Amino acid sequence: MNKILEVSHIKVCYQAVNGEVEAIRDVSFSVSEGEFISIVGPSGCGKSTLLSAVAGVTPVSEGKILLSGREVSEVSDDIAYMLQKDNLLPWRSIRKNVLLGLEIRGMITEENLSYADNLLKAYGLWEFRDKYPSQLSGGMRQRAALIRTLAVRPKVLLLDEAFSALDYQTRLAVTDDVYKILKKEKQTALIVTHDIPESISMSDRVIVLSKRPAVIRNIYTTEFDIPDRSPLLCRDHAAFGEYFNQIWKELDVHVS
Amino acid sequence: MYHNEISKERKIYLKKERRNKIAVTLCRVFFIVAFIAVWEIGGHLGFIDTFVLSQPSRILGVFADFKENQLLLHIGTTLFETAVGFLLGVVIGCFLAVLLWWSPFLSKVSEPYLVILNSLPKIALGPVIIIWAGAGTRAIIFMALAISMIVTVLEMLNGFNNTDKELIRMLETFKANRLQIFTKIVLPYNIETLFNSLKINIGLSLVGVIAGEFLVSKAGLGYLIVYGGQVFKMDLVMASVLILAAAAAILYEVIVITQKLALKYINHR
Repeated sequence: MNKILEVSHIKVCYQAVNGEVEAIRDVSFSVSEGEFISIVGPSGCGKSTLLSAVAGVTPVSEGKILLSGREVSEVSDDIAYMLQKDNLLPWRSIRKNVLLGLEIRGMITEENLSYADNLLKAYGLWEFRDKYPSQLSGGMRQRAALIRTLAVRPKVLLLDEAFSALDYQTRLAVTDDVYKILKKEKQTALIVTHDIPESISMSDRVIVLSKRPAVIRNIYTTEFDIPDRSPLLCRDHAAFGEYFNQIWKELDVHVS
Repeated sequence: MYHNEISKERKIYLKKERRNKIAVTLCRVFFIVAFIAVWEIGGHLGFIDTFVLSQPSRILGVFADFKENQLLLHIGTTLFETAVGFLLGVVIGCFLAVLLWWSPFLSKVSEPYLVILNSLPKIALGPVIIIWAGAGTRAIIFMALAISMIVTVLEMLNGFNNTDKELIRMLETFKANRLQIFTKIVLPYNIETLFNSLKINIGLSLVGVIAGEFLVSKAGLGYLIVYGGQVFKMDLVMASVLILAAAAAILYEVIVITQKLALKYINHR
């Protein structure tokens, strides 16, 4: 498969009041088209900083990031973000919320509108298009937020702790739902999470980072011989526990 | 679970709630009726000095002679000055708030000045305003503007700065510029703040207008109050105060109703 994203030997530093902080040191990995990659690591290790660097929001001090062969130096139109909360605007209908990204990027065309409408139809939100976010369940809202990001047709989708604001049961259902949608749309995705089971069940590979400054401790390829793989089915698989134990050991988390 | 049939407990609860509501209304009516009755009877019996405190029936007399007292002219003048001062205060105040939100640097620079201007009793500027704007309607409107504008700036700026950061971040992930962030998120997010500011401002504009009319005017409710006080026509003073109270309440209600309609239309939170 084609490599869509290449991160090579990047170092990210940021300036704080007390001095310079090295957040990421010599991190390299690549992502193929349609691949789903998770990044896990201890709290505050620089997972979100890594995502910001890939998005072009945070500049890298050393190394480079290539998106479709082009170096990322500013916020790219080819990348879209999904954040912790759905952040649907309460004063806009679901359809208008879904079209927000297209509006902002000046991409309102007949073709894009019908693409967004088709996404709404495909993922069961068409009947709710004129409803407002407060009239939808948490899972449906998250789905609407996902469609909003997919509507701008990003080459890479970044999910920054996208499900951590949900309660556990909704979270299991929503991750399953989001995974199926992303796989169906052949969407390349990079997810940052502190939830090890979520990372194993959702992704093709799991990148484990160390404490700050973050370096890659290991990259696990998660293979489950399940015909129609989904996060919920993965959690039932025998290999799941094995992956969990390995990553948990790798993270080396202690209560201090 | 909701049932069509109302349970016994529910009936008791609803009855209690209704009784409580009626009791509150009755008490309110009772206090105002008792107050007016004691005032009126006290005036007749002589234990209330009607020369100093006037009397409800004499105040009614002022209303009855509204043509002779030129009440409509005075009410119209005060309302006109209030409306102009209020609208100018809101428009200029909102514009400055947007400017300060737009430039955090400017906002930081102006912060101490705004705090001082907000704490300063604007009535102290009365003589200065008269010299600047002339002894007339302009000075009165200027006074109303001075009182209401700073509050609008501070209230709106505070609202703008407290807009949900996550919503702004979401928009930034789509590469939104400052104008888009303002029009798509900050402004609609602060519609309620705007109406709260309007509610405060309408009262403050009236304060500014009356204070201005006290200092310099030939017409208006403030003028009527000062004039009535100077010639010991307490009936006129009391009638003017009553009209002022009614005008303030009506103007406030107009904003409350507009807010309800506006929020119903644009806000589905």
